Amino acid sequence: MAAAPHEHRLVVGIDLGTTNSLVATIRHGLPEVLVDEAARPLLPSIVRYRADGVVEVGQDAQQHQATDPRNTIVSVKRFMGRGVKDVEHVENLPYDFVDAPGMLQLRTAAGVKSPIEVSAEILRVLYRRAGAALGGDLVGAVITVPAYFDDAQRQATRDAARLAGINVLRLLNEPTAAAVAYGLDTAAEGIYAVYDLGGGTFDISILKLTKGVFEVLATGGDSALGGDDFDHRLYCWALEQADLSLLPPEDVSLLTIKARAAKEALSSRSNAILQARLAGGKWINLTIGADAFAAMTQHLVQKTLEATRKALRDARLKASDVQGVVLVGGATRMPHVRRAVGDLFGREPLTDIDPDKVVALGAAMQANLLAGNRAPGDDWLLLDVIPLSLGLETMGGLAEKVIARNSTIPIVRAQEFTTFKDGQTAMAIHVVQGERELVRDCRSLARFELRGIPPMPAGAARIRVTFQVDADGLLSVTARESTTGVEAAVTVKPSYGLSDDEVARLLRESMGAADSDMRERALREQQVDAKRLLDAVRIALAADPDLLNDEERAEIDARVHDVEQHVDGSNADAMHDAVEGLSRATDEFAARRMDRSIRAALSGRRVDELTK
Amino acid sequence: MPIQDNHFALFGLPTQFAVDERALEEAYKRVQGQTHPDRFAAATAAERRVAMQWAARANEAFQTLRSPLRRAAYLCELNGAPIEAESNTAMPGAFLAQQMQWRELLDEARASADRVRLQELDDELAAVRTATLAQLESGLDQARDFRAASALVRQLMFIEKFGDELSAVAETTAAGAG
Repeated sequence: MAAAPHEHRLVVGIDLGTTNSLVATIRHGLPEVLVDEAARPLLPSIVRYRADGVVEVGQDAQQHQATDPRNTIVSVKRFMGRGVKDVEHVENLPYDFVDAPGMLQLRTAAGVKSPIEVSAEILRVLYRRAGAALGGDLVGAVITVPAYFDDAQRQATRDAARLAGINVLRLLNEPTAAAVAYGLDTAAEGIYAVYDLGGGTFDISILKLTKGVFEVLATGGDSALGGDDFDHRLYCWALEQADLSLLPPEDVSLLTIKARAAKEALSSRSNAILQARLAGGKWINLTIGADAFAAMTQHLVQKTLEATRKALRDARLKASDVQGVVLVGGATRMPHVRRAVGDLFGREPLTDIDPDKVVALGAAMQANLLAGNRAPGDDWLLLDVIPLSLGLETMGGLAEKVIARNSTIPIVRAQEFTTFKDGQTAMAIHVVQGERELVRDCRSLARFELRGIPPMPAGAARIRVTFQVDADGLLSVTARESTTGVEAAVTVKPSYGLSDDEVARLLRESMGAADSDMRERALREQQVDAKRLLDAVRIALAADPDLLNDEERAEIDARVHDVEQHVDGSNADAMHDAVEGLSRATDEFAARRMDRSIRAALSGRRVDELTK
Repeated sequence: MPIQDNHFALFGLPTQFAVDERALEEAYKRVQGQTHPDRFAAATAAERRVAMQWAARANEAFQTLRSPLRRAAYLCELNGAPIEAESNTAMPGAFLAQQMQWRELLDEARASADRVRLQELDDELAAVRTATLAQLESGLDQARDFRAASALVRQLMFIEKFGDELSAVAETTAAGAG
C-alpha cells in the first residue's frame, strides 16, 4: 500500500538501442554509465545463436557478424512489433525470416527466435552488468524507446524486459530522457528541440522546460530511419561502383560493416577508403569523399527535416522560437546532418553531453526519481505525449480518431457507437493507429468483438468504447453496452507475438540450471514482500479505518491473519496465495485511500479536516 | 466533497470563459505534481490505477480549458446548450456567404501559389476569429446566453478547421517556392 520507509532502491536506466545498448545508474548522486569488465560502456546490440545452444551477446557476437551472418542478429530493434512486409530492404538481410502473426521471427541455429527474445538477451546482459556493479538486488529499470514507436513496438519492448526478468518502472521516450539529462545538467528553461537520429530510428521532440517540469509539446519521427539507412546507401553505392549484384550473406554483412566504418571515418575526414576481400576472392577498393556521401544521403536528411517541421507545426511554433537544439544518437556525428539541423534552426546544435550516452543517463535519472530516491521538492515532472493518433474502424473502412497524436498521457477518452441492424447482438471493434484516413493505411493494433448486446432496434444500443493510454504510452481498450442494464463489456490489451503464458514458459526455460538457487531466492523475496505488505496494511488500517464498512474490515482482518500464518513458513505456494488474497481484499481500500489523499492534496487541506 | 465537479473547480478557477492562462497552467502543473503516475511508480496496482485516472482527468481538463474553442463548448455543455456540431449545421446566411467566399479565395490562391493573397486571407481569418472570441466572451460571461454562444462555437469550429487547411496550403506553397 503505502511506500515503504525510505531506503535507497537500486535502479537503472537502459537505452536499448538499434546499434548499441547501455545501462546507467545514479551513484553518489551522480549519473554514470556502467562499463563491462573491459571498461567498455557500449554493448553492441548484436546477439549470436550457436548450434550448441550458447548465446553470445555484444562484442563476442560482433566478431562473427561477417562469418556467421544468419545466426548473428544485428539491429533487432527494427523488427520489434513488425511483420516481414514492414521491413525495408528485407532482401538484403541475411536472415531466415519466419512470418508469424503480428511479428516476424528468425530461424537460427538454436531454433526460431522472436525479436522479443533477441532483445531480452541484450537486456539480460546489461541488467546483470548493473547487478554486479551495484552489488545488490535491483528493484527495476526505466527502459527507453523511440518517441515515435507505436503501440506494437512499445509492447514488444516491455515484453522483452519482462522476459529478461526486469521489473519495468517506466517505458520512457528517448528524446525525453535526453531532455531530462540535458535540462537537469544545465538548468535550461524555454523551448528546446531534441533531434535524435539513432541507428535505426529517428525522433524529433519539441519540449517546454520550466522549473521542474519537462513538457513535451509535440513529437514526430520515423521509426524506420536511422544510421543503418546511411550505411545501406553507401553499401548500394559500393555495389554499383564494383559492378556487383547479388552477394552471399557473408559478403552482405562484410560490405555493410565496411560501409559503416567508411561512414564513421567521414565524420572526421574528407575521404574514406572502403576495402574488402569478398568470399569469391574478389577485392573491392573504393574511395568516397565526404561531399559525395552527403549528396547520396541528402534525401534521408531531408526526411528528418520534414518530420521536424511537422513537429514544430504541431507545437504551433516556428524554428526561431526554439532556444536550443540537442543532438542525440551516434548518427548525429555526421557533419552534413549537423549542418542541416543547424541551418533549419538557425543556431549551432548542442552536443555537450555525449550523444551516445545522454539517453541512458536521462533514463537513470528518471529511474532514480520513480524509485522514490529523491526528496520531495527536489524532483521534477515529465509530461509526455502519444506520437500517433489512435482510432477505430468505422463504416466504409474509414479510421475515426479517438485520441489525437501529441495528446498528453495518461489519457482516457470514450466514444459512443451504435448498432446498425435490428436485433444486432455483437459488434466488431477494430483498433488502429496512424494519421491516415483509411484503415488500410493505418497500423492494425487489435480486433475484438463485443458480444451479448441485448437485441434492440438499429440505433438504440449505446456502445461506449474507451481508450486508455497509460504513462508508458501503452493502450488498453474497453467496450461496454449499458442501455438496458444488461452489461456487455470486454477489455483488450493488444498483444503482439507473446502471450503471458509464453513469457512465463520462456522465463522458466531461461532459468534452467540454477533452478534450486532461484527458488531459494524467490522464497526470501516473497517473505520480504509479504512482511512489507503486512506493515503497509496495518498502517493503512490505523490511518483510515472510516473508509471501510464492518464487512470489508472483517474480510481484510481475516486475510491479514492468513498471511501471518504463512509468512515465516517455507511453503511458497501457500504464502503466494495468502498474499494474493490480502492484495485483492485491500485493492479497493487502497484505491479509496489514494483518492482521499489526492483530493486532500488538491484542495490544500489536511486529511483529518476532510473526515469531519 | 464536490470540489472537482467541473474542470474549472479542479484547477480552482472561476467557471467562466475569460481565463488567466498563466494561472491555468500553474494550477495544471500543480495538480499533475500530485497525481501523475510517476509519483506512484513504486505503489500498488490499485494506487497506480487511481493516480492514472486522476492524471488523465487533469490532462483532459487542461486540454479543454486551454483551447478557447473547447473551453467555450464545455461551458455551453455545462449550461445545457450542447454544441451537437454533427446534427446542428444551421448557420446564419451571412456567415455561410463568407465561408463560400473564403473557400473561393483559398482555391484561387492555391492554384496560383499566391503567397501574398494567402497571407491576406490568413490575416482576415485571424481578425474574424478574434472578433468571434470577443463575442463569445461577452455572450458567455455577461449575457449568459448559452444557446447563442453555442451557435458561435459552431462558427468558430469552422473558422479553426479552415485555418488548419489554410496553413497546410501555405506550408506547401512556401515549400514549393523555397
